[in-house]
Amino acid sequence: MTSIAAEAAAEPSYLKAGYTLRSWLLTTDHKRIAVLYMISLTAFFFLGGAAAAAVRLNLITPEGAVLTADGYNKAFTIHGVIMVWFFLIPSIPATFGNFMIPLAIGARDLAFPKLNLASWYILILGAAFTIYALVAGGVDTGWTFYTPYSTMFSNTHVVAAIVGVFISGFSSIFTGLNFIVTIHKLRAPGMTWFRLPIFVWSHYATSLILVLATPVLAITLILIAAERLLGIGVFDPALGGDPLLFQHLFWFYSHPAVYIMILPAMGVITELVTTFSRRRVFGYSFVAFASLAIALLSFLVWGHHMFVSGQSMYAGMMFSILSFLVAVPSAIKVYNWTATLYKGQIALDTPMLYAMGFIGLFVVGGLTGLFLASLAIDVHVTDTYFVVAHFHYIMVGATVMGFLGALHYWWPKITGRMYPEWWGRISAAFVFFGFNLTFFPQFILGYLGMPRRYFSYPPEFQVLNVMSSAGASILAVAYLFPFCYLLWSLRYGKIAGPNPWGATGLEWTTSSPPPKHNFPEIPVVTQEAYAYPVAPDGGAHHGGATHHG
Amino acid sequence: MAETQLIVHEPFREAAQQREADALGMWVFLATEAMMFGGLFFALIVIRVIHPQGAQEATNELDMWLGGLNSALLLTSSLTTTLAVTAARNGARGFTIGCLLASAALGAAFLCVKGYEYYVDYTKGLIPAVGKPFPIETTGAELFINGYFVSTGLHAIHLFIGICLAIGLATVVWLRRVPLPGRSIVVEMTGRYWHFVDMVWIFLYPVLYLMDRGG
Repeated sequence: MTSIAAEAAAEPSYLKAGYTLRSWLLTTDHKRIAVLYMISLTAFFFLGGAAAAAVRLNLITPEGAVLTADGYNKAFTIHGVIMVWFFLIPSIPATFGNFMIPLAIGARDLAFPKLNLASWYILILGAAFTIYALVAGGVDTGWTFYTPYSTMFSNTHVVAAIVGVFISGFSSIFTGLNFIVTIHKLRAPGMTWFRLPIFVWSHYATSLILVLATPVLAITLILIAAERLLGIGVFDPALGGDPLLFQHLFWFYSHPAVYIMILPAMGVITELVTTFSRRRVFGYSFVAFASLAIALLSFLVWGHHMFVSGQSMYAGMMFSILSFLVAVPSAIKVYNWTATLYKGQIALDTPMLYAMGFIGLFVVGGLTGLFLASLAIDVHVTDTYFVVAHFHYIMVGATVMGFLGALHYWWPKITGRMYPEWWGRISAAFVFFGFNLTFFPQFILGYLGMPRRYFSYPPEFQVLNVMSSAGASILAVAYLFPFCYLLWSLRYGKIAGPNPWGATGLEWTTSSPPPKHNFPEIPVVTQEAYAYPVAPDGGAHHGGATHHG
Repeated sequence: MAETQLIVHEPFREAAQQREADALGMWVFLATEAMMFGGLFFALIVIRVIHPQGAQEATNELDMWLGGLNSALLLTSSLTTTLAVTAARNGARGFTIGCLLASAALGAAFLCVKGYEYYVDYTKGLIPAVGKPFPIETTGAELFINGYFVSTGLHAIHLFIGICLAIGLATVVWLRRVPLPGRSIVVEMTGRYWHFVDMVWIFLYPVLYLMDRGG
């Protein structure tokens, strides 16, 4: 034991492997690349959030408080484009997946470290194009770029924005490819598929969607650019094109994209629930296969975005049934998380609060998804705030909760410091409260008939809109809290040991922050992923000696 | 030379693992490419089903024989690529370089024929936005022809990338920057990409030129 600890102490942590800017920007260490992602995604998140703030501020009064109608269209487009493609899609996979997958499977890095770095540069290049489009005058099509508006009528910088999204897609593809190959080929000796943490399983499922769905988005965007730039009519009827074709191709990607956002969060929640209730995951293989089932079904439900588009009634019925089926693996996960809690020794630390919040918000988002999958109800609420509220419960309520949960859970591993627990709990409570106050009124607004993407609205909707905007301001503050105290903890936080939570998982057996090559020597795995209870010093036997100094 | 010295680098532990990872990575990448072209094939087939008459008239405008000549060129280039891979595994540098350059030349010939074909299309007024007005009135014909331009154009871009890869690879093999057979995996993976681009054409040719021809 001492010799291993001494060896671990011999290699400095990944943070101390170099101090120059160059050592960060040209690194091939998956952990440093994850940190690069974390910094840039945080910036994108606050940019998208600022646009959301402008939207909510404008909706305080029925006739529009601060923006022109044009400015409003551009604000919600910026919000959607940035949040979907430059925050939510890469969020958990590119940061925590990148950092944790090699550690969790006992590898020294991802299979293709240079490709991993390239993925980050590609994302930044894509973001540069998109931000150029925003600065040069904005885009007003909404994040969905529906044709023929986006190809023929919009006088905004559609092409630059599309090029940005197209480029960022390759970042997704390469990340997914890297994860798939890594999980297949770089598992440590003894790390069988059914000893993998659920976090890894869910990233495997996510990666399948990333590599199979993103290229379809790429071709769709190529077609839009070809139509706008070269006049090759594909979607515009005036040029012999078919506008519905766009919706089919777009949603073939963009529905699975929602599962790209939620599956990694589900993996995070599984880790949190099991760690903070000190119990092995109830029904491990069901939870693992539920991820794959969701990934598979995600490709068969795109038509539920098109119930009112004029597609055939029979297609609508099929898509409705298939969409209902997604509830089955989703419910399996929710029930298994709850069953994991049963008779557990539950500790309500910040990550667990986020996990509990996730489950609540995900259930609301999921159940309202069933409303929308029902043909008759969908006709009533299509393109209303009901839809907006529904997908925000999933994409913000659930995914961002998962992101913040992961951030607090792995913060000690990534930085070697603990965050202030009291502030963590307070801000988790604020996020939950602010989120619900923002989006629950939108369900009611939508049901009463307020359409989405409208600059102004009838005065009787004002009370609910003001509630929503008030909630948004609470949410904004609640997101700023962690930003501040996490930065503070980098310097003043308590030093974290290798395994502050007493969790299972190989990432907790190495020092915090991990050495450049992750493990002094490649671990040999002899037991299942969640072998609770862990002895009090559990996991601290590899390299804990470097700390508490 | 029978002792193949394979070069292993981080994060892999052994040569076999690295080889399998490289191969799997390429397969996954090609799967993404297949999905990208898949979106186009899907659209083309849907157009054929929804507008059979227009698609047929559009098909008749395309020159089956030029497309056929191109198919022959590409299939031959796949042969030379296969030979390059085998030669690289055996460490035959000169032969590898020759075969790679032959593939690149055949690919370039394909692009020339394709360019001539686009010129013929231009004289017929098939190209959108420029030249004579579109000659066919029937619904769906123009959409189908536009699909033809997008899919063959995208394929041509892929082939162009393949040609650059083949020439670049021949150069670095010649400079011994990619030692053979130690890094023959690089030739093998480039070859796999090349074959994929061929495969796309093998599907594009019948879907664009042959289906429903005549009448």
